[in-house]
Amino acid sequence: MSELPLSTTADAALQAAPATKARGYWATVGRRILRDKVSMACAIVLLLIFVSAILAPWLGLEDPYKGSMIRRLRHIGTSGYPLGTDELGRDMLARLIYGGRLSLVIGILPVILAFCIGTSLGIIAGYVGGKLNTAIMRTVDVFYAFPSVLLAIAISGALGAGILNSIVALTIVFVPQITRVAESVTTGVRNMDFVEAARASGAGPLTIMRVHILGNVLGAIFVYATSLISVSMILAAGLSFLGLGTKPPEPEWGLMLNTLRTAIYVNPWVAALPGAMIFAVSICFNLLSDGLRSAMDIRN
Amino acid sequence: MTTTEPIAMLEPVEDRGGVAQPLLQVNGLTKHFPVRGGLFAAKRTVRAVDNVSFSVAKGETVGIVGESGCGKSTTARLLMHLMPRDDGDIIYDGMTVGQSLSLRELRRGMQMVFQDSYASLNPRLTIEESIAFGPKVHGMADGAARALARELLGKVGLVPANFANRYPHEISGGQRQRVNIARALALSPRLVILDEAVSALDKSVEAQVLNLLADLKREFGLTYLFISHDLNVVRYISDRVLVMYLGEVVELGPVDQVWDSPGHPYTRALLAAMPSSDPDRRTEKPPISGDPPNPIDPPTGCRFHTRCPFAEPLCANATPKLTALDKMGHEAACYMAIPGSGHSRAPGEETA
Repeated sequence: MSELPLSTTADAALQAAPATKARGYWATVGRRILRDKVSMACAIVLLLIFVSAILAPWLGLEDPYKGSMIRRLRHIGTSGYPLGTDELGRDMLARLIYGGRLSLVIGILPVILAFCIGTSLGIIAGYVGGKLNTAIMRTVDVFYAFPSVLLAIAISGALGAGILNSIVALTIVFVPQITRVAESVTTGVRNMDFVEAARASGAGPLTIMRVHILGNVLGAIFVYATSLISVSMILAAGLSFLGLGTKPPEPEWGLMLNTLRTAIYVNPWVAALPGAMIFAVSICFNLLSDGLRSAMDIRN
Repeated sequence: MTTTEPIAMLEPVEDRGGVAQPLLQVNGLTKHFPVRGGLFAAKRTVRAVDNVSFSVAKGETVGIVGESGCGKSTTARLLMHLMPRDDGDIIYDGMTVGQSLSLRELRRGMQMVFQDSYASLNPRLTIEESIAFGPKVHGMADGAARALARELLGKVGLVPANFANRYPHEISGGQRQRVNIARALALSPRLVILDEAVSALDKSVEAQVLNLLADLKREFGLTYLFISHDLNVVRYISDRVLVMYLGEVVELGPVDQVWDSPGHPYTRALLAAMPSSDPDRRTEKPPISGDPPNPIDPPTGCRFHTRCPFAEPLCANATPKLTALDKMGHEAACYMAIPGSGHSRAPGEETA
């Protein structure tokens, strides 16, 4: 066996499949999610809720703080009050839309904060490994050992009531969960040959984490974090319900659910409305993250 | 390529030792992995690479062969300084890493192509970005690095316009391995370690890539360390060959000498195990029986004595040293090759 008969580079020509237009990974993901009907429906619902919450003062709604003793607990469909009134006679439609502002912020902001902190911690723990990994992960496990509701209540209780404190509490609740996901995805990627190859080319750990690890783990963590938004909204609502988050008369879905609880036998439909909003937003975020997950699995 | 301005390549690590200086000298390379047993189990170690020594001359291709798990890939990773070694010296062109040569310089001087062409490319980066990554790490500007990447794509036989912006999953295994070769070459290395680089490819693609490697060697003046379990391929591409068994070198020498007169029974068994295309010379009996022993607590003495048809009591006592068989650098670690060793088949003591 001294000579192999095949030519070396002449075969290059036959590899010349038509040049595909350069399309980035995220552009492809975007295109795929646009074709997913369920995800798009959820995205539209969320978009409507977001836009109306942002534009609330300009929608010509009733004053959400102005009550009236003579028109308490009107039913849904009462003229002038399309969604009825609450136990103090305030317009439910206005309160639900204004309430979205606060509810969405305390639903999403803790997740974004926890996403940033948890991803950094997880990638460092996963990539560096060894003692640093043990230190980070065991610390995280201590927090993880508590049920998240209990932990949120405990931290909120310790910090005192208030919106800012409940955001901090929820962030602390979510950091361990995201860190664990980030760490496990990173350990999976770290041992792959392309990371070895990057090390072999002389790149430092920070460059490798930024160029080679981050891009490959972000997707999975992002999907997980999206699913946490619904949990965060429910926990935030729970904190407000217990009086640890928002204070009356501020409109916020969890707090509204709490105060309308007394009216559940008088006017159950109106009392259930804030819960329905929380449910709608949560399920939309969940379905959207599911759609995102399948859109990002691009290899098929 | 029809570029007007010349493509800049990274300056290769300077040739300091001259032609006589081996590009790579390895002395007593050792790596043991601790095995975690039960709580009260005794601590045990896998002797993945045990006291391996060899050298690679400039412009040479050295093949390393052996069964799976004999420490070939561990050796490659140790040479690349991708894992810390327990003992031994790795001398690159007369320089030791950490003394006269920085790790960063070594990374430019020595590159590696991995077996799994898919896993060794970042799925989120385009081919061009993957190749340009190394030069950028070493301070090349983005534009220049991309131009170099396209130039190298041409060199490995891929049309840059068609491939530069593709992702690894969009191209075939053979094409990906070409990309990996281009990525290794992007740092202007003088030594390229090919760790089973063609083993996962089908035969016709394998032949193309081997020819490509031969062309690139000529064009860039490369030195190869070619690791494979495929003896035909090793014979085709190598000048010298190293046979490993359970983490030790059992035989080394010029490829023709080793093939024509193997000095170690393990090498003989390996060569006999090669399927022959001649039906009259079909292999009737397995030349070697059983699996290699567990590398955790390997056999004492010569590690091959448990499977060797010529084993004698002395083989289990002490490890035979690599001994010269002729004056051409052919060495084997077997008592049958050591004059006066006490083995019944050993040649008589020479008095010269």
